[in-house]
Amino acid sequence: MSSIPTVIAVPRLEQPGRLTQARVAVSEWTKLHSLRSTRWSLLAATVLTIGFPLLFATILSTRANPLQEHRHSALEVALAGVNVSQLAIAVLGVLLITGEYSTGMIRATFTAVPKRLPVLWAKLVVYAVASFLLMLPCVLIAFFGSQAILGRKDLLQISFTHPGVARAVIGGAVYLMLVGIFAMGLGAIVRNTAGGISTFAALFFVIPPLLNVLPTTWNDAISPYLPESAARSIFALTTDAHSLAPGPGLALFCGYTALAIAIAAVLLVRRDT
Amino acid sequence: MAARLVGMIEAQGLTKDYGEKRAVDGLSFTVQPGVVTGFLGPNGSGKSTTMRLILGLDAPSAGDVTVNGKHYRDHPTPLHEVGALLEARSVHTGRSAYYHLLALAQTHGISKRRVTELIDLVGLHEVARKRAGKFSLGMGQRLGIATALLGDPSTLLLDEPVNGLDPEGIHWIRNLLKSLAAEGRTVFVSSHLMTEMALTADHLIVIGRGKLIADTSVEEFVRRASGGTVLVRSPQASSLRDLVLGEHVSVTSTEPGLLEIGGLTAEQIGETAATHGIVLHELSPQQASLEEAFMELTRGDVEFKAGETASPSVADGVAA
Repeated sequence: MSSIPTVIAVPRLEQPGRLTQARVAVSEWTKLHSLRSTRWSLLAATVLTIGFPLLFATILSTRANPLQEHRHSALEVALAGVNVSQLAIAVLGVLLITGEYSTGMIRATFTAVPKRLPVLWAKLVVYAVASFLLMLPCVLIAFFGSQAILGRKDLLQISFTHPGVARAVIGGAVYLMLVGIFAMGLGAIVRNTAGGISTFAALFFVIPPLLNVLPTTWNDAISPYLPESAARSIFALTTDAHSLAPGPGLALFCGYTALAIAIAAVLLVRRDT
Repeated sequence: MAARLVGMIEAQGLTKDYGEKRAVDGLSFTVQPGVVTGFLGPNGSGKSTTMRLILGLDAPSAGDVTVNGKHYRDHPTPLHEVGALLEARSVHTGRSAYYHLLALAQTHGISKRRVTELIDLVGLHEVARKRAGKFSLGMGQRLGIATALLGDPSTLLLDEPVNGLDPEGIHWIRNLLKSLAAEGRTVFVSSHLMTEMALTADHLIVIGRGKLIADTSVEEFVRRASGGTVLVRSPQASSLRDLVLGEHVSVTSTEPGLLEIGGLTAEQIGETAATHGIVLHELSPQQASLEEAFMELTRGDVEFKAGETASPSVADGVAA
């Protein structure tokens, strides 16, 4: 014990910097990439977004029977992974918020950024940019990869420049990004991992099929306006009478996302930590 | 050149209710720079809540608290004003100590070099890249100390910093707190252990059930609580008792020949005995230990008393 110095000199900080929104964003980027759960979720999203279409295309091209070919569309194959990887993206969106609450990290975060809202904005921007930049190449690889596989048997060929195709493929990445930040908003509202994931799953996977028990006219009147179906129109090539066009669908889902974030922001400032 | 180091915490009628329960009840106090101020109270007396109120993590139900003249959230460089170690762990278990510190440092543009300096200072060099979830309680406390020091703050808030530390670590913390105070910083450190505070603190703020019980120097605290009784052993104890008994004098006797006299000094008792030829075998002023003083003052303010509750499990956490 004699080795413990009586006077412990803490190194001084020459120039303490001000707290800024940009710095909070840098901090959130560090938080994002320094967690194992982030790396696993994003790896899962990447593998699923690319792997599913390639698998789907391979199965179709080996078993193809010209009579069944038209039951699938080229884009359905290319974007098949989006339906699965959205879960990984949504779970990560929830976790990036709720993980701070479950571990107590949020107290350290809000001690460093006591105004709190800059943390929410930074998390949203960092996750939106990171997920979009990662998912964009994934959907492009999925499209060209699945087309190449199908092309060997001359099946389901569609050009990237065909009207609506580029929009739908890139829309797949936009969809995943928006789902991620929508889930982040849900996570910030419920502040609990299980609750956040359940809420997302209820909105996206449970409620839409439940509406099928309604009379058809009701179902057709309500379904297109649910968050999930509005969002899906972003990457649909064709729209039928009972779904929204890509533009309005995108706008409506952005509205839902903005609403979730607005509620989260109000609660974030008001609630005790 | 070194930045200014003037810090002060001022609470005015600070009150916090959680539903029906009042955790902090009209607390007013000032924590001064340059000394270590101990924040003492039994478990559950509202110390951690008060710390959270100071940092704005919880909003007060009534009253107000400022740090260096402003609400904590209104400072442009919060980490340079206050460094905090909160009692409950405040670290993501999946992140390494290095990235935990770096992420917090980056909010204020604090360099990687300072992060490594602090990791070395608290002795976490070898485990800095390991996930914080694998840390022992003591390593977690060291990481908390490094977090608190990141912004070179003028005020330090430390909630039960010695919890889980080994004797060497406790010794190190004591020296650190004294060094920080000697540099002119405000050091506000909570504990439910009186003996720990006796070794570290210069000034004490004592609370029980969320209310202020004492705001005083450590010496004054002990003097006040000991009540100034004098222990007297004499073969003529009953004669002495009759002689000293008076309006402001209390005498209790636990065994024949032994008196505990309150309200008179040892000198007065000795002189009375000499005047009347009474033989004394012992005459000793009773100084309550700090621990006893604390128990005495917070008696009745402990939330659950061991004797009064049927469930020992409820009492356990508080009796410590």
